[in-house]
Amino acid sequence: MFSIFKKSAAPDAKASAPQDPGAPITTVTVTVNGRTVTAEVDPRMLLSQFLRDSLQLTGTHVGCDTSQCGACVVHLDGRAVKSCTTLTLACDGGSVTTIEGLSQDGTLHPMQEAFRNNHGLQCGFCTPGMIMSAVDIVNRKGNTLDEATVRAELEGNICRCTGYHNIVAAVREGAANMTGVKQAAE
Amino acid sequence: MYAFNYLRPSSLAEAGSALTKTPDAKILAGGHTLLPTMKLRLASPKALVDLSRVSELRGIEKKGNALVIGAMSTHFEVSTSTVVKGAIAGLAELAGHIGDPAVRHRGTIGGSVANNDPAADYPAAVLALNATVTTDKREIKADDFFKGLFTTALGEGEIITRFSFPQPTKFAYVKFANPASRYALVGVAVAQTGSEIRVAVTGAGNDGVFRHKAMEAALAKSWSPDALKGITTDPSMMNSDIHAAADYRAHLVGVIAARAVAKAG
Ligand code: FES
Ligand code: FES
Repeated sequence: MFSIFKKSAAPDAKASAPQDPGAPITTVTVTVNGRTVTAEVDPRMLLSQFLRDSLQLTGTHVGCDTSQCGACVVHLDGRAVKSCTTLTLACDGGSVTTIEGLSQDGTLHPMQEAFRNNHGLQCGFCTPGMIMSAVDIVNRKGNTLDEATVRAELEGNICRCTGYHNIVAAVREGAANMTGVKQAAE
Repeated sequence: MYAFNYLRPSSLAEAGSALTKTPDAKILAGGHTLLPTMKLRLASPKALVDLSRVSELRGIEKKGNALVIGAMSTHFEVSTSTVVKGAIAGLAELAGHIGDPAVRHRGTIGGSVANNDPAADYPAAVLALNATVTTDKREIKADDFFKGLFTTALGEGEIITRFSFPQPTKFAYVKFANPASRYALVGVAVAQTGSEIRVAVTGAGNDGVFRHKAMEAALAKSWSPDALKGITTDPSMMNSDIHAAADYRAHLVGVIAARAVAKAG
């Protein structure tokens, strides 16, 4: 259905030939957590499937597959998106950051650290999406977030365990600790 | 999903010819309705024509007395645009309450209006503000655009390029949102543009968005929430489902319309 190869290792004459604008496209080049990959994909392949099945980045979870739960949230060109509702081919030329791309040199990102510190997770299934959405909230709304803002902004992320209390606390603390920190690596 | 070909034109002309040349092709805008529908196999186009790289469909600007919004503008872009906030603040607010933040980063005004979901927010604003819908072929007035559930005046392969909203003196949109989906159970947009007063209702009608002429007449006499007292909405025109029965929706239309007028000031 698809194959993955490094851009440099694929001297394909066809790829560099000018394309007929009306021709169907099946090749994507996308930068994921700083690494550029080129792949041949089935047009049906969702970004969530590409990340999990092709790149083995299984930190991005699929809860509902119907754009409701937010477990699949990643950043595309610096903005939170639901990867279960984004075609891989539509990301061509783009830059994706997943939960695996947040920590730098083995040190947890301040938002990850805040989730740990506040016990902001139980089973952990919703957590990657929660954290990616949380970092996006800080990118849009700044480092000082009141409880009502966090709750409203997290409406696209569902948690079946925690009751949200500790998640909200974690997002507020993580936001405060992100001051001056390089935000998501996009 | 059933298999399809993916095309990504980089100009409006290319998009138009891709849609004409490719049998059974559908336009992909933000994809936040189309992709879920395809996953359920309720839609099975043979090809998707992705408009995300067509630059003619982008941009938000004030042109004379009108606010012009490119069809591929996302809900996020509309809700945060200083141009939109300065011209029609209620429209920015409407866009900021569609779905959730991640959905707003992908969903577009053109996709929403072209789909004409009976519970979508934008159709109420387009109709109440008497916007003009420009396509790659013609201009369509809002009154001629919406044709019932998921139906519009758009022809096969016709692409919405932009919306032109005449500057209103007053505008507000209030919705009673379904707590799970954030779609409107009832949403009412009220607008005063020059001497014209319009009231458009979404979410409620069993034939999609509609103008509430009795309310428009009452507000023309006196622009106040009280002017709507005693005006009823026919429950036989209302949608009825597990979320809200027809008579409840009919009642809500009055309540939400009065709130919208109060909010418009
Ligand atoms: S898996 Fe994408 S929103 Fe639930
Ligand atoms: S921690 Fe289990 S779903 Fe949120």
